[in-house]
Amino acid sequence: MQQYFSELAAFIGTCLKSGEQYKCWLAAEATDFVRFNKSAIRQPGHVRRIDLTLDLIDGMRHAGSKLTLSGDLAADRDQVARSVAQLRGQLPDLPEDPHLLIATEVHSTERIVPSRLPAAGAIVDEVLAAARGYDMVGILATGPVYRGFANSFGQRNWHEVASFNLDFSLYLARDKAVKTAYAGFEWSSDQFRAKFDDAAAQLELLKRESVSLKPGAYRAFLTPTALNELVGMLNWDGFSEKSFRTKHSSLRRMRDEGTQFSSLIHLTENTADGLAPGFQGDGFIKPERVELVKGGALAGSMVSPRSAKEYGIAANGADTGEEFASIDLAAGGLPRERALTELGTGVYISNLWYTNFSDRANCRLTGMTRFASFWVEGGEIKAPLNVMRFDDSLFRLLGGNLIDLTLERELLIDGETYDGRGTGSALLPGALIKDFNFVL
Amino acid sequence: MFDNISSLFRSIAPAVDFCSLRVVDETSEQITVRQNVLQPLTTTVDRGAMVTVIHRGGYGYAATSDFSAAGLKEAIHRAQAWAEASAGRSVVDYSKIALPRPSGRYASPAAARPDLPRKDLIALLMREAQDCKLDDRIVDWYASLWTTSSTQLYVTADGGEVRQDFHFVIPNLAVTANQGADTQTRSLGGQYNGYCRQGGLEILDHAGFHGSGKRVAEQALELLAAPNCPSGTMDVLLMPEQMMLQIHESIGHPLELDRILGDERNFAGTSFVTLDMFGSYRYGSELLNVTYDPTRPEQFASYRWDDDGQAGEKAYIIRNGMLERPLGGAISQARAGMDGVALGGVANSRACTWSRPPIDRMANLNIEPGSSTLADMIKSVERGVLMDTNVSWSIDDSRNKFQFGCEWGRLIENGELKGVVKNPNYRGISASFWRSLKAVGDASTFNVMGTPFCGKGEPSQVIRVGHASPACLFENVEVFGGEA
Repeated sequence: MQQYFSELAAFIGTCLKSGEQYKCWLAAEATDFVRFNKSAIRQPGHVRRIDLTLDLIDGMRHAGSKLTLSGDLAADRDQVARSVAQLRGQLPDLPEDPHLLIATEVHSTERIVPSRLPAAGAIVDEVLAAARGYDMVGILATGPVYRGFANSFGQRNWHEVASFNLDFSLYLARDKAVKTAYAGFEWSSDQFRAKFDDAAAQLELLKRESVSLKPGAYRAFLTPTALNELVGMLNWDGFSEKSFRTKHSSLRRMRDEGTQFSSLIHLTENTADGLAPGFQGDGFIKPERVELVKGGALAGSMVSPRSAKEYGIAANGADTGEEFASIDLAAGGLPRERALTELGTGVYISNLWYTNFSDRANCRLTGMTRFASFWVEGGEIKAPLNVMRFDDSLFRLLGGNLIDLTLERELLIDGETYDGRGTGSALLPGALIKDFNFVL
Repeated sequence: MFDNISSLFRSIAPAVDFCSLRVVDETSEQITVRQNVLQPLTTTVDRGAMVTVIHRGGYGYAATSDFSAAGLKEAIHRAQAWAEASAGRSVVDYSKIALPRPSGRYASPAAARPDLPRKDLIALLMREAQDCKLDDRIVDWYASLWTTSSTQLYVTADGGEVRQDFHFVIPNLAVTANQGADTQTRSLGGQYNGYCRQGGLEILDHAGFHGSGKRVAEQALELLAAPNCPSGTMDVLLMPEQMMLQIHESIGHPLELDRILGDERNFAGTSFVTLDMFGSYRYGSELLNVTYDPTRPEQFASYRWDDDGQAGEKAYIIRNGMLERPLGGAISQARAGMDGVALGGVANSRACTWSRPPIDRMANLNIEPGSSTLADMIKSVERGVLMDTNVSWSIDDSRNKFQFGCEWGRLIENGELKGVVKNPNYRGISASFWRSLKAVGDASTFNVMGTPFCGKGEPSQVIRVGHASPACLFENVEVFGGEA
């Protein structure tokens, strides 16, 4: 695939006329998806996609096209040549773009994690064998993911990682279930079995009679997975520079009024230790780290090339959407093994779900508990929790009400498959919170 | 491409229980003018095919963008291999399911207004954008037009063949006003493209796009000056721009049969509805009539056949408040029947594109108009809030406990509309909320909305859905606003 992309990029260069430039972004994958329900196969299949986003630039005018390519170089050359001609025809109708910023310095990079994956069918055999006697539902995605960038200045960037992600739940009944995921670059039967057995053991706790809580504030422990749902909401324009400037950011009080999180909060876009490509769609190289919150105070933002040009500031490797892709929340001082003891009496929340803003000006969110969440008394799990709706501000949850973060952190690999398989990740601790506000 | 692919496919189709080819060729363009600057313009061409094989009870698919004979053969080989690998280990014996062998052709309604050259469309958007900046409190604004032409071909190896040509038009405009920490955004039908339909540029007229820049900006400033929505239990009058979301989340998703059968439990969730409820469960008050209607030509998710080849017809899902049938396509219907429950269903097995397999997706799911005028409904309210245009949505994995927020609210007191309120939110429980429906607006309150962004499935899919509804009045709803 890398050779194919290299030859395609070289061909695009030959399509240009004097004064024209191009940049292009390739996103491709060859994935086996196997969907399970009730410990059987629901839909298995294979998806091979190659998408090329090509931008033709002439001075400050530019136009783009996103094309599905076949992978056959001869056929794709014809398609790309036609696309370049069409874009050239569009340019006279377009005004100059005052916010166009082009990566002119050449920084070529390469990261390749070659496949060490077993055949998907072999993984399916193991999963179905383990799931016998359980009610297992979920998805296996396995295969290589490719990202590439090229431009007419000669920059070439390549990211190729073969990975798997088995994301599944074991159900007891109705909505009582344990959700877990096993992801990586090399399948280990032992590690899978340990993950599966751990989830199965938690099922035992769900057999106890469940409890419903009255609305109100409760002491709560959030696992890294649950905390990821809250931190992830800050990717809804929270750290976007454009959103700060247009007063849309849910964190605008931090910039405008000095509002702070707890001093325990240190948030970093940590590309160096993440799984996403080290380059963005316009060819700018991502810094190893971008500090976003330091000691509870806002320390930075995600700045795309477009915002950089619009506001006259430096870009920092953010893509157009100005979202983080490799978020890192520093560890706290609470040993994970003491989480239940320190929680004492309250709720243990393994997963949150369907979060959204209920009052963006105050960074107030609503959402639901989901999967294996429990009522805890005296540091011991007493009963499964029926789902509860929360509505609370992150300025409180990660501010004055944050008691501690765990010493240990988990690397959570983005299993999203909406627009192709994702490459993001999050490195997060768990969180002990004083008052977590349930409303329904 | 469409001229010879059917015959090529049939010439190489394997000897299996069932084999189909679904081809999608879709071109879209989104023109956006933000703060009077044309945003980067990208034309997207998405073109590929999915082969599905059913054999000896197993099921497999393979998606490819290589239309050569070698490319299709490779896809058939992969789909067949998965069908064989899943035989005897699948949720159902797929070979026992009789899939349709459809034949025919369908197209979106012809454009009532001729298309315009790109530069004229840009000028149109620029004019509206330039009207948005009423004063310095307006801090951001955009106008956009998203058009898509999609041709979809479905071919079965045993002779079925349908072709459907769609044209989608999605205008939008949003204005953000700010003062201090308060920021209010008002939009034309929602910031997530609520005005989305099939047809031509006449959709801009229907959406009220022309002249919307100044009007929407004025409303954003009105919101900025407004008090927060009050808190308490009261009546709520929901306009179609919010009803679409209410229908979508708390009727559409819980009635999708694949959720009821458990497919989505690891991701989008399950349902509080169970198979035994159909035919006997009171979903809402007697005023509630919900239809699946793929036959309304201008609506966003109208079609003649779904992606498993089943023909779509209008059907009542809820009639006079009683739950009648689920939203499940041919495969789910058969699975549910095999579980011992005889159910109907509808033709809504759909895929968002060629690289995703069909699953149960609500299509056009509408509330039928009632008999109340808007004035009647307002007059009947002693204390309540009119809410318009969704901005926030959240619901539990069984589709029961929800909380929704709107862009725009107006108080209703003693039967009269009063002042604007900002940050209107409400919450409730699906199983009881629809029973609190106390008036349904007539045709004069009806609007045809939808969304291009319904997410679901593993692997995940974002698909087009349509929701048409009159304004509806609910009683005893928990309402609240933002923090002071």
